[in-house]
Amino acid sequence: MNPLLRSIFSAQFGYAVFRVMTPLLFPALGVAVSHLAGTINIAMEGTMLICAFVGVMVSAATGSLLIALAAGMAAGVAMGAVLGYFHLRLKADIILAAIALNMFAAGSTIFFLFILAGDKGISSGLKSLVFPQVNIPLIRSIPVLGTILSGHNVLTYGAGLAVLLFYLLIFKTPLGLRIRAVGQNPDAAQSVGINVVRTRMQALMLSGFFGSLGGLYLSMGYVSWFARDMTAGRGWIAIAASTLGGHMPLGTFLASLLFGAVNALAIYLASLQIPSEFIQMIPYVATVIALTVYSAQALRKKTRKLKAGETLP
Amino acid sequence: MEKFILRYFNLIRTIIAILIGVIVSVFLIFLISREPGFSLRSFLLGPFLSRSRFSNMVETASPIIFCGLAIAVAFQAKQFNIGAEGSLYLGAAVGTAFAVSTRMPAVFHIPLTLLVAAAAGAAWGFIPGILKARWKASELVSSLMLNYVAYYGGLYLINFHFRDKGAGYLVSHQLPQSAWLQQFLSGTRLHWGIVLAIVFALLVYYFLYHTTTGYEIRMTGQNEHFARFGGINVLRIVVLSQVILGLLAGFGGMTEVMGIHRRFNWQMSPGYGWDGIVVAIIGRNHPLLIIAASFFLAYLRVGGQVLNLMSDVPWEMVTVIQSLIILLITAEAFLSQWRYRITVRQAERAGGGA
Amino acid sequence: MDAILELKNILMIYENGVVANRDVSVAVERNTIHAIVGENGAGKTTLMKILFGMIQAQEGEIVYKGQKVQIRSPHEAIAMGIGMVHQHLMLAPDLTVAENMVLGVEPRRGRVFLDNRRAEEITREVSERYGLSVSPERRIRELPIGVRQRVEILKALFRNAELLILDEPTSVLTPQETEVLFKTLADLKAHGKTIIFISHKLKEVKAIADRVTVMRDAKVITTREARELKEHEIAYLMVGREISYERLPASPQVGEAVLSARGLSFINEESVPVLKDVSFDLRSGEVLAIAGVEGNGQTELVRILTGLLEPSAGSVTLRGVETTGRPPREIRELGLCHIPQDRMDDGVAEATSLEENFIVDRYFKKGFSRRGRLDWKAIGEHSRGLIADFSILAQSSRTPVRALSGGNIQKVVVARELSSDPEVIIAAHPTRGIDVGSEEMVHNLLRRARDRGKAVFLTSADLDEILKLASRILVIYGGELVAHFEEVSHLKAEDLGPYMLGVQRQEGVSGKVHP
Repeated sequence: MNPLLRSIFSAQFGYAVFRVMTPLLFPALGVAVSHLAGTINIAMEGTMLICAFVGVMVSAATGSLLIALAAGMAAGVAMGAVLGYFHLRLKADIILAAIALNMFAAGSTIFFLFILAGDKGISSGLKSLVFPQVNIPLIRSIPVLGTILSGHNVLTYGAGLAVLLFYLLIFKTPLGLRIRAVGQNPDAAQSVGINVVRTRMQALMLSGFFGSLGGLYLSMGYVSWFARDMTAGRGWIAIAASTLGGHMPLGTFLASLLFGAVNALAIYLASLQIPSEFIQMIPYVATVIALTVYSAQALRKKTRKLKAGETLP
Repeated sequence: MEKFILRYFNLIRTIIAILIGVIVSVFLIFLISREPGFSLRSFLLGPFLSRSRFSNMVETASPIIFCGLAIAVAFQAKQFNIGAEGSLYLGAAVGTAFAVSTRMPAVFHIPLTLLVAAAAGAAWGFIPGILKARWKASELVSSLMLNYVAYYGGLYLINFHFRDKGAGYLVSHQLPQSAWLQQFLSGTRLHWGIVLAIVFALLVYYFLYHTTTGYEIRMTGQNEHFARFGGINVLRIVVLSQVILGLLAGFGGMTEVMGIHRRFNWQMSPGYGWDGIVVAIIGRNHPLLIIAASFFLAYLRVGGQVLNLMSDVPWEMVTVIQSLIILLITAEAFLSQWRYRITVRQAERAGGGA
Repeated sequence: MDAILELKNILMIYENGVVANRDVSVAVERNTIHAIVGENGAGKTTLMKILFGMIQAQEGEIVYKGQKVQIRSPHEAIAMGIGMVHQHLMLAPDLTVAENMVLGVEPRRGRVFLDNRRAEEITREVSERYGLSVSPERRIRELPIGVRQRVEILKALFRNAELLILDEPTSVLTPQETEVLFKTLADLKAHGKTIIFISHKLKEVKAIADRVTVMRDAKVITTREARELKEHEIAYLMVGREISYERLPASPQVGEAVLSARGLSFINEESVPVLKDVSFDLRSGEVLAIAGVEGNGQTELVRILTGLLEPSAGSVTLRGVETTGRPPREIRELGLCHIPQDRMDDGVAEATSLEENFIVDRYFKKGFSRRGRLDWKAIGEHSRGLIADFSILAQSSRTPVRALSGGNIQKVVVARELSSDPEVIIAAHPTRGIDVGSEEMVHNLLRRARDRGKAVFLTSADLDEILKLASRILVIYGGELVAHFEEVSHLKAEDLGPYMLGVQRQEGVSGKVHP
């Protein structure tokens, strides 16, 4: 067991955790912002796929990282807008519409990959760009921490910034306040003149934005190509992470960290022929437990009975 | 005419959505293919043009029917449990473990294996159900999470306890012949599981529309307050509907293993649970319509495969089309203006005013 | 008179044809507390909704501060200086007081950021200015209702409301909180504000109002100085009318108690005691009616009796069996049926057919199913029988319920409930929103049941109905029984009014049991 423990507590493992966590944290933040507005966006899987694809395609076509970044972000926002349109205007159930969008993304990305690049599985034939790794000058010299924290892809640092951005947005801007109000009591928001539909649409577009960065990271950082189904369920894990984290910035970050750690651990264990399945189950079981606890708490607040001997106020 | 439209409005809306999907597919084919006519023929007619393709369509429909039925029962009770995938996977894994470890004549082996798989699936559906009934925990999130737990659990079970080491890739031991569902048409892989799928669709139809429990499920979904008011034990229905979901999905997964693969070889989750959601939506949670929807979906899939094989259009187009169809179907407001105008005209004709 | 607001000849007809305001004219003097009183359905809430821009009247004018105005949305109303404190508070529970205060008009720091500190400052400023103390940083869900209401008032004041509308503000407050509210309102008046106060609690109205407008049946009866009117007079104006003096002949025989309630109390989610120590007996062969303005505990009482709600304290006994805490089905099986006050929410599943609606309480019984298998043929016959017996106008027994008119839907409910051959019938607003013919039929059915020795428990907002059908009348106010009338043949609406409106109480009624 010793070599295993040593490798788990090594700096390389720490580095791997942050690397793996990046494409989980972005969509988790996306789920969180949509949940706070009362319209949960479970189309992160599809959003990330589309943005991963768009990033690769645009960077190969234009040779510009920035344009690809912008295009990817726009695609994410568009996905959120489409979901918003179908749910808010056409009254589609938000869960079913999101499932349909996920399907759409899975199909259309391969479809267009084939049309535009002639390949059905992977875009490695294309010269797509990659976001750069960043070595932070002072930090990287620190013995253990340096290995863990320095040398990541710029988008990994971006994910950390995204948590901050999320926090600022939700708690320090008027839009964030309105999003939270709309999610807690849409009637109250409406009574002070807030357009509930528009606020929800904005929340969905923001969630698409966060998700887009996860997708861009996958195809332009984690690896440097687009491949079929490359999101591999991360969009669904994002829902778990957001739920486990109570849809709050710090909680979502820690939950994503947990999922990331478990994923990284699973990769290590697999190479050592140790069953990783139980480890991989842990975050999901934890989410179910957390969900149950949150729900039970909410329920207890609602029911209030007189205890024996208590008199009426 | 207009009265007819109003009565069957939802059905008509579904058909229109499908038509739009087909039209879009035609459009895409013309846009992309160098031989659009040939491609179109391959897509639309391909599944009918050969025995193996046609039977392929039927085989594909089989597990989808089971999952569609599973989802439909839960959705009819307004329980948004999307855990058919997990129940299917775990059920099939546990069933395989049982089949591979036991020896008995087929007349016992087949039903018992199916029973074990169904029971495992049912137990899996129970968890989100009880969490919802007891603590109002969202069955959507819990069933989604449990899909993963089921996947890892099933994978562990097979890969570490029932793995066929001689096989070269990660699969279970082969099922003993006594646990096979026989294929009955040479040249095809049609197996009795497909017959079971149709039979179960009829059974579920009967269950939902001709039994007291089915009535309870439907009324709970229609109006939970009304159901409770009338005396129905709504909490029991919340749990039961999800247990049935798991049962049907587990059973269906096992028929697929016993009829086609004869081994548990799903290293990735096969996705029938998601297809089940698609056909439940298209079929509006009605078992008989789900049969049609499942064949339709299978038709699209196989058509797409033929298209892919014979022409330059990738089969993913089918996924795109099917997602478009679902989006249109779930958009309640889709065509609602039309229905509203007809309703108003009818009311006016009836003499104006209530 | 310096009228800050004049509503002139308001006509409001809802989509379903109900006339909610008929030629309503009210002038509200500046810097007064103006109460608008009336029973449910009198039209006062509708009038306020029009004033606050939530709905638009068909005819009539609004003159505000001397200018004719159109109020098309709450946004516009707020901009004009009209603020409303709704009965169900419009607050986001997980946000703080300060956050709720500035919602929609958030102070900014540098265009992008929310200035939280300024929001708290503003809250403190407004709070101090009007002498209403609140803690800006507390979350709404942690605060008692009285404080939450204070936040709502401050919200309106912050948005420069000069005219403040409060819709039944004391319905959720304890007596102590009510006193605090009244002091607040008096202070606001001293600050130059004008207040419109909707209520049916006449003692309170007399305590703080300067002027009173009495509404009844969508019309204004009168507007007078409050000191000119005695509570009894207001009560009379609210409920007294030329009504049919129709009364049922006395019940042939009244028997023993079949349903007994003892000490029923209920505290709701907001920790407000909605029922306080209610006890009574219901005897076979009688109609026991509960009179009261809606929102005084009748709804909760009915739900407790029928098993849909568990009381915080107390017990219910039905035919000798304790039913508190038992599920609805068991209670029904003991011989109770329930005509619910909200037929669309509880009484029917509107998208399903008549025949499926008819069997919800009996589908598992012999005759409708055998060993779990539904007998659709029998169910269809049963359904057609009910349709014929109760003269329900429907295309067929397969028609979805929502295709029927309101009156016919109620007939479906009544048909189902009464055909279960119950011993006890709980009827909550059984004729609400239905046509006269259907109403007659329902009354006849209840009378027949009574004459055959069944027990009927009736709650209704319609005094005509209560006086017509009741053998005995209990009056409920603020969750307590405040009057009991054993002899009802000579009673008139204005006899009940004072009790219903909190003006009067019989001693020794609350908490005691009645034979």
